[in-house]
Amino acid sequence: MREEIIISGRNNPLIDPQLHVWHWEIPTYLFLGGLAAGLMFFAALYTIRNKENEYKTAVRIAPMLAPIALILGLVALFLDLHHKLYFWRLYTTIRLESPMSWGAWTLMIVTPMSIIWTAMHIKEIFPKWNWKFDVIEELIAFFQKHKKTLAWIMLVSSAILGIYTGILFSAFNARPLWNTSILGPLFLASGLSAGAAVVIWMSKNHAERKRFAQLDLMIIGIELFLIIHMFMGFLASTQVQIDAANLFLGGEYTAPFWIFVVFLGMIVPAILEGMELKGFKIPVAIPVVLVLFGSVMLRFIIAYAGQESRWLY
Amino acid sequence: MRYAMAIDTKKCVGCSDCVVACQTENDVPIGYCRDWVVEVMDGTYPQLEMELRSERCNHCENSPCVRCCPTGASHYSEGGTVLVTKNECIGCSACITSCPYDARFVHPEGYVDKCTFCLHRVKNGMQPACVAVCPTKCMYFGDLDDPRSEVSEILKKRKYKTLIPEAGTKPHLYFLI
Repeated sequence: MREEIIISGRNNPLIDPQLHVWHWEIPTYLFLGGLAAGLMFFAALYTIRNKENEYKTAVRIAPMLAPIALILGLVALFLDLHHKLYFWRLYTTIRLESPMSWGAWTLMIVTPMSIIWTAMHIKEIFPKWNWKFDVIEELIAFFQKHKKTLAWIMLVSSAILGIYTGILFSAFNARPLWNTSILGPLFLASGLSAGAAVVIWMSKNHAERKRFAQLDLMIIGIELFLIIHMFMGFLASTQVQIDAANLFLGGEYTAPFWIFVVFLGMIVPAILEGMELKGFKIPVAIPVVLVLFGSVMLRFIIAYAGQESRWLY
Repeated sequence: MRYAMAIDTKKCVGCSDCVVACQTENDVPIGYCRDWVVEVMDGTYPQLEMELRSERCNHCENSPCVRCCPTGASHYSEGGTVLVTKNECIGCSACITSCPYDARFVHPEGYVDKCTFCLHRVKNGMQPACVAVCPTKCMYFGDLDDPRSEVSEILKKRKYKTLIPEAGTKPHLYFLI
């Protein structure tokens, strides 16, 4: 038997008795960032592949949610900071070793990008939109002319954004649950899945909905594969990572993770989307809401459980 | 120059004087502490073994907190000590989650705070407050690069361990066992 206690009465807020320094702000941002990454990724992808007219919602309409998601996400990130007035310090330096620095700079590229993309397509929703200033019209015309280049930048930067949301966690070896490189691809896949779900929801075109339902099914398959892979990796690793995996395999996060994330967030929507592809009539909102819910829960559970996992000494 | 501290777990009685000395010297806000004492009890009665450790920031040579800081507020300073520049810190808490020793905390003013090895005292030829005040003289502080320093001498003579060396942090806190 081994018992370890702090006898000098340490009770540092947010650290003791158990680390919980990142609250709802971080997972909320990770979800919104991932969603925006997913939306922008598909928009860029189908622009590059000249499928703009076939997948109108994905290219022109759904990405308009991206700047909203990103701005709300940035607000959440800002709320998370404890020394708020110094936030600009992020932009006085580039630190290649710090995932958060990467994230801050990626957002600096992605957010304006999403706003430009929205501005380019705003007339799809508001045909009478008037920019009032010629400069803006000219600027938009310029971007329209270089749409392909823009799409390429967007494709790469949104993929970085999607992966980085996972890397932010996986770079911490102090928290064994997070310390797996699977988190990067897993969060990217989850973001893409959320993005595809939103496109399915907004689209009125049958072919487009079918295409994105297929895509979503495939991505959910990848996510399930990555999750199984993650646990295999943990269980074959050191004691601290075995303990981390046990938080989900009998520990306190078992029920929420397997029920909310895997069953309701992946398996059920996958079955529903599969049935829909087979010709059953299923209200589209159900699988979409489930996918988004699963995506949110994944971030919250990983963020909270990760802070509970630790080294033994 | 590489500052390090050696703490004799055989001599420590767990009085927590080091904790109070630190709080007084560094004006640590009430309810917070930069150092703490851990008691480890091993075995079952009557075969029991106890270890007492006065812990604080390990001033690691390969610090995850310095690596993950997005602004460079966490940095290496004189003698390899790890410090936080408070006007560069945005309080994002990345360093807090990155520290396997949970040695950092958010100061009520918003920036992240931690042990400084009392660099302000060390620069003036004094010992860190916790070391200076220890009633059993169980702490040794000095420069690892100087073979004659107190800490180098004691590490030559005694067996020691560091905390979680497998995390690859290369800690500068040695526990004599």
